[in-house]
Amino acid sequence: MTDAATNLHPGLNLGPSHGEAHEEAEVVTFGFWVFLMSDLVTFGLFFATFATMWGSTAGGPGPDEIVNLGSIAGQTTLLLASTLTFGFASIAMKYHDAPGRIAMWLGVTALLGAGFVALEVKDFIHMAEIGAVPQRSGYLSAFWSLVGLHGLHVSMGIVFVGVMVLQIYLLGMTSRVKSRLLRLALYWHFLDIVWVGIMSGVFLAGAL
Amino acid sequence: MMDSPIFGRLTFDDIAPLAVFRNFSLNELVASGAGWLEVFAAVGVVAALTYFRLWGPLWREWLTSQDHKKIGIMYMVLGFVMMARGVAEGVIMRGHLATALDGGILAPEHFAELFSTHGTIMIFFVAMPFITGFMNFLIPLQIGSRDMAFPLMNQISLGMTAAGAMLLLVSLVVGQFETGGWAAYPPFTGAAFQPGVGPDYWIWAIVVSGFGSMLSGINFAVTIYKMRAPGMTYMRMPVFCWTALCTAILLAFAMPPLTVAALMQALDRYLDFHFFTNDLGGNMMNYANLFWMFGHPEVYILILPAYGIYSELTATYSAKTLYGYTSLVLATMCIAVMSFTVWVHHFFTMGNSATVNVAFGIATMLIAIPTGVKMYVWLATLYRGRIRMTVPMIYLGGFMVLFVLGGLSGIILANPTINYQVHNTQFIVAHFHNVILPGVVFATLAGIHMWFPKAFGYRLEEGPARLSAILWIVGFSATFLPLYVVGLLGYPRRSASYTDPVFEPYMIFTALGSLLILAAFATFAWVFWVSWRNRAALAVPLGDPWDGRTLEWATPAPVPEYNFAVIPVIGTREPFAVEKASGRPYVRPDEYEDIRLPAPSGVGFVLCVCAGVFGFAMTWWIWWLAAISLVAIPTVLVVRSFFPDRMVTIPADEVRRDTEAWLRAIDAASGVDRGEELTSANRGFARTDLKEAA
Repeated sequence: MTDAATNLHPGLNLGPSHGEAHEEAEVVTFGFWVFLMSDLVTFGLFFATFATMWGSTAGGPGPDEIVNLGSIAGQTTLLLASTLTFGFASIAMKYHDAPGRIAMWLGVTALLGAGFVALEVKDFIHMAEIGAVPQRSGYLSAFWSLVGLHGLHVSMGIVFVGVMVLQIYLLGMTSRVKSRLLRLALYWHFLDIVWVGIMSGVFLAGAL
Repeated sequence: MMDSPIFGRLTFDDIAPLAVFRNFSLNELVASGAGWLEVFAAVGVVAALTYFRLWGPLWREWLTSQDHKKIGIMYMVLGFVMMARGVAEGVIMRGHLATALDGGILAPEHFAELFSTHGTIMIFFVAMPFITGFMNFLIPLQIGSRDMAFPLMNQISLGMTAAGAMLLLVSLVVGQFETGGWAAYPPFTGAAFQPGVGPDYWIWAIVVSGFGSMLSGINFAVTIYKMRAPGMTYMRMPVFCWTALCTAILLAFAMPPLTVAALMQALDRYLDFHFFTNDLGGNMMNYANLFWMFGHPEVYILILPAYGIYSELTATYSAKTLYGYTSLVLATMCIAVMSFTVWVHHFFTMGNSATVNVAFGIATMLIAIPTGVKMYVWLATLYRGRIRMTVPMIYLGGFMVLFVLGGLSGIILANPTINYQVHNTQFIVAHFHNVILPGVVFATLAGIHMWFPKAFGYRLEEGPARLSAILWIVGFSATFLPLYVVGLLGYPRRSASYTDPVFEPYMIFTALGSLLILAAFATFAWVFWVSWRNRAALAVPLGDPWDGRTLEWATPAPVPEYNFAVIPVIGTREPFAVEKASGRPYVRPDEYEDIRLPAPSGVGFVLCVCAGVFGFAMTWWIWWLAAISLVAIPTVLVVRSFFPDRMVTIPADEVRRDTEAWLRAIDAASGVDRGEELTSANRGFARTDLKEAA
């Protein structure tokens, strides 16, 4: 199953054999990879800016005052769990072709993602209450924009998951829908990887 | 400040062309006059389209087209429209500087606005559309593909670029542009020093068009990686495709820094963040780094496709296989990689350590090596070639002499110690015009002359085009070469006036030079007009007017919508040249199939309008409109994703009929020799004297 003929494009393939649809997925999936690499550059630049602004607190709240490791542990757990459940959705798509099961796992993924965003927003509200707003210092501007950019990506991902569940029911498991699910999966796992970077570079480093 | 909930901070007083009636002066007359000119031009275009009943064809055949060739042509048209404004601004600035001893005809603020729009327009809305236009038109033809990998996304990219250009055009009439140069350095462009709309126009024009360019980059890269005809291996690709591939990678990875820098500046200006402000921990050096992490690769985004064009025309017009294909490819890749390693040379004087400056100085100088390789490759190709001194070769000659000069001045600037001396003087202005004009602009004009027949089915008039080429070369030299001297004498760039009379003769001389450039531009526009009028005599329907070498010349002119009746199978590096040399070009396909192409779509146009309205609304703080247009963009895309892609099918019989008719016409034609190439005997069937081909 893993030779070039059955696994043309990078990523989980759509099913046992798909002929031409397979070839089409090859192009769009590759294109999506290039997009993700471009997006990674964007995140990298926000990371770099954050790193250079580490000390630019201008007398305002610094890393030790704004990092709530308990909440971060919760967010990490939810997001990592959501990547697992998206994996279940992908497996259901490849081996079972069962729309109900795929939609169910996608729903769980979206819920876990929403839990992540909710915890993040709660942290942001708390930060605003103690005066750690982005307007306070360069450090906080960089913090809010890096973490916020990731949160925005996750929120958009949740909307996309909703759209895809709708498409599964309205359009059926066509190869276009499958190919889109494949790309959404790449997107979702990509956000997980970025989160690992944020968790280590922003929060753990801030708590030390 | 109280803003209207409906119009934001937009008021009647912001309509710039009316300012001349309130406060008459020469300065206001120039500013308002330009605004009026733009309004009249827009009204004129609308009137002409209505009078000639062209709205329908414009919409059906162009604005909704997903054909890469038409999208490429629209990019070129956009580039030319914006170039008209950019050249006009250049002439006005030179005119001002000729009078600027202790003053000058323009107000300093107005001059600052002019060099900011001139730079922004020339880089983002002239050079970028030109190279994107070429890549769109040529890549699928040269690799034997029917279209780009993502035709709809291609249309959207064009829409985004056009929306950014529109914002810039609007800024001349409504409100004003920023005064901080094309790089818009904060904190000068921050809310504290420029609270008006100028920097916001810049930000949204850049963000919107930058996103389009990033998408283009992805599209080109995927097209070249995945859409090549069978047998078209990487090392069989035409050199232009190689340069395009490297450019595409640069676009995908170098556009994000620009977008990020612009968005961070937007956060500073709109939400009072502190990325680049003077107070509360802001650090403007971050901006310099982010901007030039884009800005330096951008230089190579522009010049690499130009190198590709020069490579193609060198081989074609000297009737020789390009010498040293492999080294040219390797040099291109080296330049693409190294372009990411030199950005600090744009701010040697901004307080880096000597070690950092030395590292970036050396990295910068190293780029001259692969560039030199290219120069020698072209020279070796010309050596003992059967050269025809046609228009593209005139441009090539101008390019080779002038670009080497510009490159050498770049080496001088790459030395941090010398850079300290000439930093921010006219020497820099001379240097970058010296590389961009002969490099990118000459390549564009030469390329247009070479591929125009392919796109429209008729050649351009040779005589006036030669005149234009010579005017460009002389005009460029007169305008910009003296600035090296002026710079060494210490005249700062962007300075609206001077007190030392020694500069005056130089400034008058370069102002006269800029008039030659204006004449060159006008002559080129005239070339299009006379060629169109004379198109019957200049027609080259058979498709190969110049004895071309690569795949695109083996198609009729203009190229049918589907590019190739049958996707070719490639066995060599210059397939068409090899077929001609062996006496078996134009192979008849055994059988034809139905061809399916994407149907016209309005999505790109709708997103263009949404993005343009969003930029305008954000600039003027019209929040309700900004929210609606921002939500509309993903909504359009999501809604569309529920419907199947509409396709049109071109029946096999139609493809057969057209192809057979074309092949019969070729059989009946007798072909032209080189000597008759520029006469009306040239119907696009060159009698080849190619003996050798790779």
